[in-house]
Formats: sequence, structure tokens, C-alpha cells
Amino acid sequence: MELWTSTHGGALLAPAVLLPFVGMLLGLLLGGRQVQRVAFVFMPLGLALAVGITVAWLREGQTLVYLLGGWAPPLGIALRADGPAVAMLLAVAGVVCGIGIYARADFGTPLGVKESRAAFSYWLLLMAVWGALNLVFVSGDLFTLYVALELLTFAGVPLVCLAGSGETLRAALRYMLFALCGSVLYLLGAVLLYGGYGTLDIPLLADAVQPEPIARTALALMTAGLLAKTALFPLHIWLPPAHGGAPAAASAVLSALVIKGSWFLVVRLWFDVMPGVVTLPSAQLLGVLGAMAIVIGSVVALRQERLKLLVAYSTMAQIGYLFLMFPLAFDATGNTLMHGAALTGGLLQAVSHATAKAAMFMAAGLIYAALGHDRIADLAGVARALPVTVLAFVLAGIALMGVVPSGAYLAKKLLLDAADGSGQWWWTIVLQGGAVFTAGYVVLVLVNVLRRRSAALILVKRVSRRSEFAALVLAVGSLLLALAALGPLPGHLVSNPLAHKELATTVLVLMGGALLALGLSRAPLLAVARSAAGANEGRLRHAAVAIGTAFEHADRLVRRWPFASIALLTLAAAFGGLLLVGAPK
Amino acid sequence: MTVETLFALCACALVGIGLYGLIVQPHPLRKLVAFNIMGSGVFVLFGALAMRGAAAGMAADPVPQALLITAIVVAFAATAVTVALLLRLIESTATASLADEPPSGD
Repeated sequence: MELWTSTHGGALLAPAVLLPFVGMLLGLLLGGRQVQRVAFVFMPLGLALAVGITVAWLREGQTLVYLLGGWAPPLGIALRADGPAVAMLLAVAGVVCGIGIYARADFGTPLGVKESRAAFSYWLLLMAVWGALNLVFVSGDLFTLYVALELLTFAGVPLVCLAGSGETLRAALRYMLFALCGSVLYLLGAVLLYGGYGTLDIPLLADAVQPEPIARTALALMTAGLLAKTALFPLHIWLPPAHGGAPAAASAVLSALVIKGSWFLVVRLWFDVMPGVVTLPSAQLLGVLGAMAIVIGSVVALRQERLKLLVAYSTMAQIGYLFLMFPLAFDATGNTLMHGAALTGGLLQAVSHATAKAAMFMAAGLIYAALGHDRIADLAGVARALPVTVLAFVLAGIALMGVVPSGAYLAKKLLLDAADGSGQWWWTIVLQGGAVFTAGYVVLVLVNVLRRRSAALILVKRVSRRSEFAALVLAVGSLLLALAALGPLPGHLVSNPLAHKELATTVLVLMGGALLALGLSRAPLLAVARSAAGANEGRLRHAAVAIGTAFEHADRLVRRWPFASIALLTLAAAFGGLLLVGAPK
Repeated sequence: MTVETLFALCACALVGIGLYGLIVQPHPLRKLVAFNIMGSGVFVLFGALAMRGAAAGMAADPVPQALLITAIVVAFAATAVTVALLLRLIESTATASLADEPPSGD
């Protein structure tokens, strides 16, 4: 593999990073209502560029490389696009375009209307997030990655407080400060690596790095810092208020895209920079944190009163899912993390989450816009009023659940195979259990929107058709990711969705989800028909509610600043210790 | 003790003070100052590494200095954004508290 000269297709990488930023600056210069037009010119251009990069990558069959100014590392800086980077570039371009079409209704400036500051900022920030993400995916060295990560944070934070209310400003400030803690730890790790090995270029570093104290310290610090930015449990201090409080079009960007940046960086570090430093216990810790995020995030999601907060907590749970691949990718014989089925599964999971979660936030936003509120218990009749929106929400939910056929199904299958292959049966339980939890909150919402309404439903606003279809297209896109099985993935993964085993799994997942929703929902799920519902609630429901409340309290405790910041340090120390424990003698 | 070791110890102290501040200081502005102290610690460490000339055995390594100036600019930008956010928060709520509102209802 040639890594030290620019390849033919590599020339596309620099424009992929620059284009969104050029769009942003152009929008800033032209100002006012032109911003949206600029964004709509640059979105298809960026998408075309991403497709071009994919084609070039497929044609060249190797990592695309571009050396800035023709200078080779270690002195120069290289941009590189390998398989994971290309996949993420393409997915992000698609999701950004979908979100852009959706956001026209919220942040568009029709003729004759005075342009608002929120709309102006939104389009600029969307471009900035896109550019920063592209830089994260193609950066070839750890320092450029640091800058990219900071750009991503600077673009993401203002998205939280577009509405400008005190609550959202506070959420944004918490996000910013906690993200800064994370980035200092990351930078400290990068500095230590430079001190130890004299380079930050990823392939050079990967060759030089040895399982020794300095590499372990750096990996532990950087991982903890990045987890703070990704909001993996117990470092999700800022996520629910930030993602739940932002306007839907902004939440979709934050939830679907921004957290993927720091997650991708963890993947880069563990798989590409220091696969040999990683030990099985440290990888298990990442997986355990993921499993805890799934359980606590999902239970608290079920306890929410508002739809947008439910979706925000579901993001917290899905982030946990993204970390399950780390223990599964560990090769015990070679004591190293392997590129393989587990990594492919994890990336597929990330892409399908990006599309499905964007669709889910959009649908939640449309429901909020139409009703003027998003109280879950008060959603009766919505399915009749907004059928396309509800369809988008449910399809996105199915895609997240990993029912056949969807991208998440393939991802789950790949991870299950990896769990079988490496004999780590306990992750099988977590993987299947996660799907049940996801089914839980999808059923909860579905039951509420399908409920018949006695009085006529009053819609405060007509929602835009285009926005509804943008959400639907993204949700369907997430389902269609299963088609990836036709191309790059082995075909045996897809089984007949009506085969007994698959059907049984699907039914079990849905039934488990329904039971969870019955037990844990804040307002009793089926109580509307009965009048004095409180009186004849079963003992089981009482127990379930007690557990749910306990989880809510735990979540509130964990999200207090002192707890979260000490958890950050403890995690850094724990990773350091575990990197030492399992190390080969 | 060599000069580099002295600088490295100084860096450790700064990072420690910064971390302490980030955890215990409730006011966002103090947290921000703590972040800057911690950042300075990292920069001092980077400077000390440059003196050691880790890369090629030269008298001093120029690469960390180039990276350092970028990192300082990034930290400066982060500080500016945070201060702007904080000012808006004070403007709109008349407090600078980061704590959540007490949960309504239960």
C-alpha cells in the first residue's frame, strides 16, 4: 500500500474538506437570505464530491492519499481516505442533504419575510459541521484531528442554543465546558505521543508505537477525552438537555452527525494508531460502558414525558451500541484489535444510526411543530393527522431496532457473528437486549400516536410536505442500507425475513419492547380506556416504575458536574490500569 | 535537574491546578480559567519536548513550536466562544449558574 505519495483520486480530498467551508464563508459574506441559497448550491456539490471520492476509492482499490503541498510526512501533512473514511464521508453528505431539505421549512427565509439570526446561523453552522466532519474523516495525523475536533465542537455548540433561551444557553455552555475538558485530555495525549515517538502521522506512529507506559498513558487520556465529547455513559452530562432543547433541525445534526466525529476518532486511535497497545480488559471496559449506556439510556427514554427528550435519551443508548464492537474486534491470539467483521458492523451501525436518528428527530420536530407541544401522553390522533411523519418515525425506529431488513440488522448480524467467533457470548445478550429496549420506546410512541382521539385534533401549524418526505427518505435510506449486503459484504448475512428464526426474533423483540413500554412508561400505556387506572395497577407495574424512577435518579446524579468530571478522570485512570493489566509480558 | 525536567514538572503542576479548578469551581468563568491553566500546562510540556528535540536529535525540534502556536489559537478561540456564550447566558437569565433547574413535579 502506497501511503507516501498522492494518489490520483487523492486530489478530491482537499476539496471535500474545503468546499463546505468555502460555502460557509461565502454565505457569511453575502449575508441575509443568500445564505440558504449558497447552502443549497453547495450541498449537491458536496454530495457529488463524496460520490466522486467513493468511485475513485473503488476504482483505485486502495487508500486515497493527498499530500498537502507535496510534502510527505513526517514534515508534511497527509490527507487519507480509507474504507471507513469513505463510508462516513458518503453517509454524512447524504444526511446533510436530507437535513438541509427538512430545515428549509424551519430556517428558510421566504420573500417578504425579514431574515432571522437563527436561520442565518443555522445554515453557516450546518456547512461548518460538515466541513469539520470531513476533516475528521480524512485527516492523516493526530494534530490535524485535534483541530478538526475543535472545529466540530465550535460548530456544534451554537447549534444547541439557536433558540437563544436561557435553558438552551445553559445546555450549550455545559456542552462547551465539558467538551473542552475532553479536548485538553486529547491534546495532552497527543503531546505525550509526540514526545515519545517524534511524529503524529498515523501510519508512522502505528509503526513506531510500542506497548509501553507512554503509549498507554496517551491512549488512556485520549480515549477518556474523546468519550467525554461523544457523551458515552457516564459522561453524557450535556447530551440530553442539548439534544432535547435544540430546534429539531439542529438536534438532527447534533445527534446524527456531530457525536460521530469524536466516535470515529476513538475508532481511528484504537484500530489504526495503537491496535497493539489495546488489551482485552480495556476493550471490555468500552463495551461495558456501552452496555450501561444502552440500559440506562433506554429506561430513562421510556420515562420521558416529551418526545424530543425521549429521542435524545435514545441517542444516548445508541451511542452505547456504537462501542460494543471494540471487545468483539479484539483478537486474543495476536493481542491486537483487528480490522474485520466487527469493525464493519460498527461502521454500518454508525451509518444506519446517522440516517435513522436524523429521521427520528425530524419526525419529532414535525409533530412538535404541528401540535405546538410534544407531550407523549397527548399524542392521540397524530397518526391520522400526520401519517407520513408517523410512518417516518416508525420506519426509523424499526431501522434502529435492527429488524430485517435494515442496515442495523446487518450490523447486528456482523457483531453477533463476531461474538460467536470470539466466544464472548455475553455480548450476544447485550446486542439482542438492546434491540428490545429500542423496540420499547418505538412501541410506546406508536401506541400513543395510534390512539383514537375523542375531540378533534387541533393543529397549530401545517407542516411542510417536503420536510415530511425528507424524514421519510432518510428513514427508508436507513432500511435500504441492508442492500450493502449485495455489494461489499458477504451475502450469507441476509436471511429470509420470513424464515422461522428471524420471524421469532422479530416477534420476541417486539413483545419484549411492548412489555417494557407497558411497565416503564410514565403515563400508563393502556389506561385511557379504564377510568381509575391508578387503582388497579398491578404489582409488577409498581416494581417496574420503581426501577424506572431509580434509573432516572441515577441519571440525574451522574449528570451533575462534579460527578461527571470525576468520572472522566476515573475513566482515564481505569483505561490506563486496564491497558497495563492485560498486556503481554 | 535539567531545564527540561523543570519545565515538565511545572507543566504537571499547571495541569493539576487546572483539573482541580475544573472539578470544584462551580462558576463557569472559573471553570474557563481553569481550562486555560490546564491548557497552558500542556503547552509548557510541548515546549519542553521541543527542547529535547525528540524527532531527529537536533538541538531543538521546530515542529512542536508550529503545532503549539496552532493549539494556542484554538484554545483562544474556545475561550472566546465560551465567554460569548456566558455573556448571553447572563444577559438572558441574570445568573451564571450551570446547574439544571430543579425537576418540576415529582
